[in-house]
Amino acid sequence: MKYYDKLIFELSKEGRCGFSLPSAHEGKLKDILPESLSRGSQSRLPQVSEVDVVRHYTNLSQMNFGVDTGFYPLGSCTMKYNPKINEEVASSPAFSSMHPLQDEETAQGALEVYWEMEKALSAITGLDAFTFNPCAGAHGELTGLMVMRRYHMLRGDLKRTKVIVPDSAHGTNPASAAVCGLDVVVVKSNADGLVDVNDLRPLLSDEIAGIMMTNPNTLGLFEKEIGEIATLVHECGGLLYYDGANMNPLLGVVRPGDMGFDIMHLNLHKTFSTPHGGGGPGSGPVGVAARLEKCLPGPRVRKSDDGVFHIERNWDESAGKVSGFMGNFSIILRAYAYILSLGKENILKAGKFATLSANYIKESLKDCYKLPIPSICKHEFVFDGLINEGATTLDVAKRLLDYGFHAPTIYFPLLFHQTIMIEPTETESKETIDAFIEVMRKIASEAAEDPQILKGAPHNTPVGRPDETQAARHPVLKYWDC
Amino acid sequence: MLDKIGVSSLDDLYGDVPSDFIYKKEYDLPEAMTEQQVREHFSSLEAKNQRLKIFAGAGAYDHYTPAVVPYLASRSEFSTAYTPYQAEISQGTLRYIFEYQSMICELTGMEVSNASMYDGPTAAAEAAMMAMVCTKRKTRVLLSDTLLPHVAEVIRTYALYHGIELGAIASEGGQTSLEALEKELQSGDVAGVIVPDINKYGIIEDHTGLTEAVHKAGGVAVAYCDPSALAVIKTPGEWGFDIAVGDGQPLGLPLNFGGPYVGFMACRKEHVRKLPGRIVGQTTDADGKRCFVLTLQAREQHIRREKATSNICSNQSLMALYVTIYLSLMGPEGLRRVNEISAAGAHILHDKLLETGLFTEVFDKPFLKEFVLKPSCPPEKLHKALLEKGFFGALPDDEGYVSFCVTEKRSAEEIDNLVKAVKEAEL
Repeated sequence: MKYYDKLIFELSKEGRCGFSLPSAHEGKLKDILPESLSRGSQSRLPQVSEVDVVRHYTNLSQMNFGVDTGFYPLGSCTMKYNPKINEEVASSPAFSSMHPLQDEETAQGALEVYWEMEKALSAITGLDAFTFNPCAGAHGELTGLMVMRRYHMLRGDLKRTKVIVPDSAHGTNPASAAVCGLDVVVVKSNADGLVDVNDLRPLLSDEIAGIMMTNPNTLGLFEKEIGEIATLVHECGGLLYYDGANMNPLLGVVRPGDMGFDIMHLNLHKTFSTPHGGGGPGSGPVGVAARLEKCLPGPRVRKSDDGVFHIERNWDESAGKVSGFMGNFSIILRAYAYILSLGKENILKAGKFATLSANYIKESLKDCYKLPIPSICKHEFVFDGLINEGATTLDVAKRLLDYGFHAPTIYFPLLFHQTIMIEPTETESKETIDAFIEVMRKIASEAAEDPQILKGAPHNTPVGRPDETQAARHPVLKYWDC
Repeated sequence: MLDKIGVSSLDDLYGDVPSDFIYKKEYDLPEAMTEQQVREHFSSLEAKNQRLKIFAGAGAYDHYTPAVVPYLASRSEFSTAYTPYQAEISQGTLRYIFEYQSMICELTGMEVSNASMYDGPTAAAEAAMMAMVCTKRKTRVLLSDTLLPHVAEVIRTYALYHGIELGAIASEGGQTSLEALEKELQSGDVAGVIVPDINKYGIIEDHTGLTEAVHKAGGVAVAYCDPSALAVIKTPGEWGFDIAVGDGQPLGLPLNFGGPYVGFMACRKEHVRKLPGRIVGQTTDADGKRCFVLTLQAREQHIRREKATSNICSNQSLMALYVTIYLSLMGPEGLRRVNEISAAGAHILHDKLLETGLFTEVFDKPFLKEFVLKPSCPPEKLHKALLEKGFFGALPDDEGYVSFCVTEKRSAEEIDNLVKAVKEAEL
């Protein structure tokens, strides 16, 4: 990767342009827009040519690392390969030129996708009905909790204002609960890294709206007491929420609905292979058990007996509208293409191969990296830093960049001090995984023999470690702040 | 690999899962398709959609997307990356977000922008929550009756669960009434006020006196904006607003049947630590090279957990790249011309529709690309009659009006054809 230092504003030259617009109708803005409602001065947007723009963003892209660049074992993010046919079908003008409020008789193809996706996700998860309106995983969590609260409200059960969240949960879980107006009660993990059922029991009461669980959890461990947890939570009148960020290892093996979950979200950009886009757009469909279907947000696609698709916009029991229209449609198209490619046969391999890769890496590196919980993991697992303690987890992560790998998730979950959370996914070959293992071992040796190499890492990237303190103390957040 | 792990089969990797939970039936899914079959299946779905000439907006606008925008944004170094946690190999993403933030500030007249929100309506809902944090003990947020209905609806949902009491500001002559606002403000409990810059009738609102009144009452003023129009109309910064939000869709994003779009959110510097979402800042590395990082992260959900006031994590980064590339291509003059061509076309259509004698003017207020008229026939009937001729226009609202929108994509001939279709419709 080559360092390129320009910002688009620095290429600007007065009067240059990169657009091609039709000639104007008769009528000038000054005759239409009164002076008192007009902008005082021209905006300082850059003035650049088309080729300037193309070169600038091509150069920027070359300072970036994606799944298409190399192995990206970022824990809890499921950075699997994004098939290119998905991109092709989603970019068709027959879909991309559709207005969101277009009449349903002119949008039957698009509505069919929603309908078929709902059926497919129900089959895969064991939950009965889905909304596609949430735009990301955290948005799905919030929507799911709104559905949970709505369900209790409709029953007149207004004192259920608390939600239980394990200490190993993704940070978004407690944050989503807080935004949804719920108080968070933390349940501890036991020595095996699982939810401590003994710690859970006394927390249960008629004030509990539900529990948010990630299964497998953020340590990559299957919560094997889930049957008992489901019974306990249901007995106290609460609901079980499934955080689908870690659904990948269960794809084709276990269905959240069968474990007793009432509400869940999926991350189509994780489990269903849509690209992560540098941090979105994702898609966070929310699935629910039949008795909660009426609480889903609108609008939703329904199919009538004559095979025609309709949009149901709103209804009394609905939790309410959570986004502008019906979610990130073009992401849903990509996920649909993925599901069609997998089919009922290949889905059986996806989760298992992801789990195989993770366990293989874990077993291959546990003599160099501290393995706090030695049991079989699912799609991901955590190390607690180097055994030789010659360098920190941050140093290991930065050194990986020198060797052409993206770093794992680091310092999360918070249960350990030097957490390295590795998720390889099912789309990596054994050769790629072996190369990663070899580099991780090499880094461990370097940490013992010459830790300075790690502390100064990365050495081969466009820039070195940024001064984050300076960034926070003297915020420069736009071009003109410089 | 199994040997290394010490198990004999893939199923053994699930030995810790109670066997009741292992799904043993066949998945109720179609059989796997080859790539060619997937392509053919989508072709058959495409054929079930109808291509329409778009003469409606209502929050999603059919502006032109230059070829360069999707071409560059689909470079997989951008699209297959995730959140730029490792700044050293994410300078591409971090730089375009920094440029995006700069451009959003420039358009809105605000001092700080975040890296994006999901869409306009959720950005507005976040602004309502942010107003509560900025003002502490106040409990109420006021929404103008002239906000687009889908924006108000999403705010209402968030407010219900977050515990924000909402109030309404009545409209007068098609725009937010200052008198009604001042009356509502008297209670002293108003944390924030959300009003559109261009409202659901297409009218450019005159906010004279509005922000002063809100500030006097100790509240935060939020503008919901069409960012394309901000190239020519008075900006939220110039009006004195504290927060500007809206949907970035009009800035080069395809309609895409509603998404992905991109919400934007910008504010004055004093509120930066209350701003939700990710923010990119400039700094240097050890060699003094300019570089960019995610910064001010103490605000974010993964640090604050249950104390968080927003849960946003992934946003719409790639769509922010669309916006950034679009605005680079257009520049100030291109965006001004988009507004001029659209507005001129809309005014021609407006006048020609009135000439048909089938409509009456509802408001005599300044507008750009979008306007409402009152048809003399049932609105739904007119809408469907146009649909039959391949036009998506005359969108009925809940007040008996129909709205039209004209962008720079609509030619003079298409405008004439629409008017002809209106005349020929048997209403």
